[in-house]
Amino acid sequence: MKWDHALLLSGAVIMAVGHCMGLFATPPEAYMGETGRILYLHAPTAWAAMLAYLLAFLAAIGALWTGRLAWDATVESSIELGVLLSVMLLFQGSIWAKPTWGIWWTWDARLTSTAIMLVAFIGVLVLRSVVHQPARRMVVTAVATIASFVNVPVVYFSVKWWSSIHQLPSDTGSVDTIMALPLAVSAFGTAFLTVGFIGSRRRLAWKRLSREDAAPDLPELPPPLDLEVG
Amino acid sequence: MMQFVWVLHKDLFVEWRARSRIVGLATYALVMLLIFAFAVGTDTTALQQHAGAYLWLAVLSASTLLLVQSFQQETEAGALDGLLLLPVNPVALFYGKAVANLVLLTLLAAVALGSSFFLYDLHLRGSLVLLCLNVVLGTAGLAAPGTLYAALTARAPAQQLLLPLLLLPLVVPPVLAVVKVTDLLLVGDPMNQLSSWLAVLASFDLVYWSLTGVLFARLVEE
Repeated sequence: MKWDHALLLSGAVIMAVGHCMGLFATPPEAYMGETGRILYLHAPTAWAAMLAYLLAFLAAIGALWTGRLAWDATVESSIELGVLLSVMLLFQGSIWAKPTWGIWWTWDARLTSTAIMLVAFIGVLVLRSVVHQPARRMVVTAVATIASFVNVPVVYFSVKWWSSIHQLPSDTGSVDTIMALPLAVSAFGTAFLTVGFIGSRRRLAWKRLSREDAAPDLPELPPPLDLEVG
Repeated sequence: MMQFVWVLHKDLFVEWRARSRIVGLATYALVMLLIFAFAVGTDTTALQQHAGAYLWLAVLSASTLLLVQSFQQETEAGALDGLLLLPVNPVALFYGKAVANLVLLTLLAAVALGSSFFLYDLHLRGSLVLLCLNVVLGTAGLAAPGTLYAALTARAPAQQLLLPLLLLPLVVPPVLAVVKVTDLLLVGDPMNQLSSWLAVLASFDLVYWSLTGVLFARLVEE
């Protein structure tokens, strides 16, 4: 069994255990009631998105440092997973916001900065899709990824820097001990799944990039015809 | 250092030769300010309260048009390769171009700021020196990442779309800070928040100006 498949399988099992604990073995949240159980899904998704972007950032440094396309494959797969997780995060947040805040979306530092982070990394993927030369695409993507990563700490600290209706960052120390274990288990499950998916997606990306790199260059275009009139 | 000065001189000289472009951009920013006034309607108080936001949105919008042109001359006919073969140090090249963009953006922002005082009937409640410092720090927050992304997208198709798509999310923190400082200087600062927001703005400028120079050097090596 490949390492990414093992991570995917174990991640799915651990996440299922974490969610079962969150749904059946913990009491409802004191203020939000049953709605508060979305914490076991929402917070791990947020951490996994940050993890994916962190991996993209580190791989981008690796790509610039070594110039090897293998790092580029990691950047591509990590950003894609990060974007997917960010979209899920915003949807989950809206589902949570409606019963607790009474609205699907509001101007809030955490919500807005997360949406901006998502748009920034979608921009990197768009940029990547229009540059066709593999070596240049790798450098351009790596530079844009490192620059876009500036948004990630802004998202994390947004609830501390601005007066936000979003709660302060959740962690296993900020919730009751009875809730901490399912939260930690769900977080590990989601992290395993994320790294597993990045690994699988990376293999595909690496195969495509290797073929692209091995393909012979196209012949030079012939010079334009010199049609001199008169 | 001399290379930096020569690149800066070259860019400013080229802009001076084609000065109708910067006049056009300043007019564009002015049109944006007028459109915001039309959008808000006859509520002068609302205009004055949010003048900082309208001003910097106009500058931001005009800046993308300015920055798109930033590397046009270099990418046409392989001039960038020629510059690097001279050889010009990529770091000097970047900072020369970034400072040239900073000068032009500051000019643009100064014209827009002066116009907004007239159009929105604004009154300065804070220090004029701090307002000038805020304009320079605010445009610095746009100039460095803008120059990097202009280089990044210079050879890409659809550069007009890609540059704002990449740049705008990146410059949100400095724009947020510069708008806040402008509002505090125009509307008043009863909670003494000015110095902390200026520190946020200066910190992001410092990060952007140091990071983008390193990244540009690696980008042009390719």
